Amino acid sequence: MAKSIDISDLDIYYGDFLAVEGVSMSVRARSVTAFIGPSGCGKSTLLRSLNRMHEVTPGARVDGKVVIDGQELYDPMIDPVEVRRQIGMVFQRPNPFPTMSIYENVLAGSRLNSRKLKKSEADDIVERSLKHANLWSEVKDRLGKPGMGLSGGQQQRLCIARAIAVEPQVLLMDEPCSALDPISTSAIEDLIHELKTDYTIVIVTHNMQQAARVSEDTAFFNLAGAGKPGRLIEFNPTKKIFSNPDEPATEAYISGRFG
Amino acid sequence: MSTTIATRDKAPRRRGDVIFAGIARGAGIAILVALAGVALFLTLEGFPALGASGAALDGAANFLDYVWPLVFGTLLAAILALLIATPLAIGVALVIAFYTPRRISGVVGYMIDLLAAVPSVVYGLWGIAFLGPQLKPLYQWLEEYLGFLPFFAGPASSTGRTILTASIVLAIMVLPIITAISREIFTQTPQLHMEAAMALGATRWEMIKLSVFPYARSGMVSATMLGLGRALGETMAVAMVLSASGVVTFNLISSTNPSTIAANIALNFPEATGLKVNALIASGLVLFVITFAVNFAARAIVARTERERS
Repeated sequence: MAKSIDISDLDIYYGDFLAVEGVSMSVRARSVTAFIGPSGCGKSTLLRSLNRMHEVTPGARVDGKVVIDGQELYDPMIDPVEVRRQIGMVFQRPNPFPTMSIYENVLAGSRLNSRKLKKSEADDIVERSLKHANLWSEVKDRLGKPGMGLSGGQQQRLCIARAIAVEPQVLLMDEPCSALDPISTSAIEDLIHELKTDYTIVIVTHNMQQAARVSEDTAFFNLAGAGKPGRLIEFNPTKKIFSNPDEPATEAYISGRFG
Repeated sequence: MSTTIATRDKAPRRRGDVIFAGIARGAGIAILVALAGVALFLTLEGFPALGASGAALDGAANFLDYVWPLVFGTLLAAILALLIATPLAIGVALVIAFYTPRRISGVVGYMIDLLAAVPSVVYGLWGIAFLGPQLKPLYQWLEEYLGFLPFFAGPASSTGRTILTASIVLAIMVLPIITAISREIFTQTPQLHMEAAMALGATRWEMIKLSVFPYARSGMVSATMLGLGRALGETMAVAMVLSASGVVTFNLISSTNPSTIAANIALNFPEATGLKVNALIASGLVLFVITFAVNFAARAIVARTERERS
């Protein structure tokens, strides 16, 4: 189920503006890879290019290759809708569908994939996904209630349950804890630890302690100046990045001397 | 800090604030006065007709018998117009908001808005001179093949000036209102909800069903209701297009059609005298109440869904 991601010479444009330049890296399967760097360095843009979500913005396009398990993501024959069905995404702010119950929120992706779900299958998917997202015990008695009635942290775990309900190959997380309090953050981080046995996870975070806590590998991005494209500065095991980075810029960033 | 709060009551009021507040309040009150004045006029002038019968009411036994076919015609024409206009308007709004590139959608939106600027007399002329004759073969076809339905029982009108033609003209007239409001609400759908659907692998249509419609539902209802209000009150186009004979029938394609309140007033007022004038004004009061109720219902629906959301 989990797949590795190979990115080579990836340039990402918004119209004429080059947002990310020349990124090459390999994300390992069944591990957590963190993207860190100052605001505007293109880490979210890169993350969104991994399931072609950046194409939602008019004028966005890429040069270069993203290969997931031998399949070129930007092959002209590939339908972006299919890509997104196989690569789940969790956003900065929790975004359960406001008019849907908890139960229906978890099933939203499955309902898109296959029209007919037996009641028992649906129940199984909901229970399995919510258990996987460490939310089952908190909501099992109110599955019919609206998802918006949950706390922020619960909503975010509901969104994770929704994303993993379709058993994606890869899970992308765009600052999943930035809108949450420390207790909810810690719950999500525990969850990420558990999920990496089944999924390849890429997480963008502004919180360097979080990157250090949850990830195996860390990629540091930076830009040369305002209006310049973001670049990958260093990609190494997290332990090395936070103790003995290769690049002086990485060292400066993680020690808080800039950014 | 505490001193400024304590002295605020006594602080001199700025002249600009006083003047502006006065103007704003005056404008607000003027609306209420105008509305109350209209209601009062309609009630006082219409009252004598309630007891009338015979000639003043075109031969009807009492006012209720007189106004009922008109109410029926008004509602039938307006509802038919909405049945045609609402799906079309929402489709157009979706295309503008989600399917066309921004440059084209701006032009299309502008064209739709222009439809609202065409005078209703022009729509009336178009309905009589063009649309009616063009629809005649369709009506004949409907009579022949779908004549078993009461709506298409016929005999098909030889001029095409039927209630269905009038409704189609009305539909085009209310299209801009419904489209403009729906488009506005569609484009306000939070990006977050749309991305939630997209990230699950929703196609654009599935994204619209999952994120946009639930968000826009109350707005679509109020847009439709505003369109209904316009269709109920539209006078000139209906008066010109419809060949009315004051019957109550669901037959949509024959040459005997129910009239509408507004068209009836417009057609009969110039020659009316005495009690007949009162009767027409009283029917105007009925229309006033209906449109008021429609707008009120629309507000109530919107307010309720907004409360649910917050």
